[in-house]
Amino acid sequence: MKRIAVTVNGTRRESEVEPRQLLVIHLREDLGLTGTKIGCDTTSCGACTVLIDGKSVKSCNVLAVQADGREVTTIEGLAADGTMHPLQEAFRNNHGLQCGYCTPGMIMAALSLIDAGTPLEDEEDIRLALEGNLCRCTGYQNIVKSIKDAAGQMRSSASA
Amino acid sequence: MFPSRFEYVAPRSLEEALSTLAGRGDEAKVLAGGQSLIPLLKLRFASPALIVDLNRVPGLSYLEESDGHLRIGALARNRDVVASQTLEAGYPTIAAAAPLVSDPIVRNLGTVAGSLAHADPAGDWGSVMLALGAEVTVRSASGDRTIPVADFLVDTFTTSLEPTEVITEIRVPKPEGSSGGTYLKLERKVGDFATVAVAVQLALDDGRIGRAGIALTAVGPKNIQAIDAERSLAGAEPTPESFQEAARLAADAASPISDVRGSADYKRAVVRTFVQRGLDRALELARAS
Repeated sequence: MKRIAVTVNGTRRESEVEPRQLLVIHLREDLGLTGTKIGCDTTSCGACTVLIDGKSVKSCNVLAVQADGREVTTIEGLAADGTMHPLQEAFRNNHGLQCGYCTPGMIMAALSLIDAGTPLEDEEDIRLALEGNLCRCTGYQNIVKSIKDAAGQMRSSASA
Repeated sequence: MFPSRFEYVAPRSLEEALSTLAGRGDEAKVLAGGQSLIPLLKLRFASPALIVDLNRVPGLSYLEESDGHLRIGALARNRDVVASQTLEAGYPTIAAAAPLVSDPIVRNLGTVAGSLAHADPAGDWGSVMLALGAEVTVRSASGDRTIPVADFLVDTFTTSLEPTEVITEIRVPKPEGSSGGTYLKLERKVGDFATVAVAVQLALDDGRIGRAGIALTAVGPKNIQAIDAERSLAGAEPTPESFQEAARLAADAASPISDVRGSADYKRAVVRTFVQRGLDRALELARAS
């Protein structure tokens, strides 16, 4: 067992984990943060996307021990004081989810893209940037619309 | 899916990592981005007793030009390569390949050096580095050695890296004079491994072709350097006929298998088309440079 301390959604969480423990399992089963989903379990679908130090990773493909000392953000960390994050709000307003399973991963991936300054002005850019996330309902139209909406709002309020 | 049990160390210096590998290299795997290694562990294709995580070693994330080379540190991520502004002009083959490697999330962690060490015949960087004539610098507790990529990539998932060694950097010679290149990749769907991909690099010398580099992805047991095609171009005029001949020779060098991504004949035909298209594009860039 290995002792790790990960700052998850702003709170320091200390745990003992087996080195082979995957980050997604650590989040879901050790820390009870089940917002992050496991989809394909083979690094294809992006359902398990979380941020490590602000950058998106597929947490089914990262060891929990690798996150020692780092900051992890999951979907549970986005809403502040009961107010939804602009991305969450945009997904709601634009019907950006059907079954909802891919949504946490879509939102975390989009957040990382917005923060990294990835071009997201037109639909083509967004579709290309989202290639690491799959929606089994094929609800891409509204996912793209949601991200376009949120990116526009977040970037204009950041530059205001 | 879970990996088998392993011991995990995250050394804080390269010396510490190398001394660990000097003692236990045979039972260890080195972890950089982990985007190929961790799936292998989960699928139990690899069950090392020890994982040596390089990610806490400082000073390996660089991507810089010096002494006539682009130097890519062992922990430079694919994301860093995509973001680099300096590559577009000097290293268009690298700039073309980087955004085609997997997807943006995987590129946040995955490294160029790790991709080479993994030696997947469907890996993109092996072909790019073959076409560019790059070298790999590796280090063990007893010192450094530099290996041309052509000698580094031995077979499917097999390199000439010793168990006691780690890659410290990849050295890409700066293409000289009027040169250009590109990377063309056919994917079944976004984020998939290549059905076929081709790296092409061309240098012009007084209007004739100087050095030509052509390498193929996913059409053989490893990334294939199309040596006969390269030789047919060296010293030749850059004409549609010489490009056609090179494309034919490159297709001959491929040894694809028929699988879910396409038949062997189809893949060979794609190689031919892509090499020709790649050479046209490389020539266009070389003339403009």
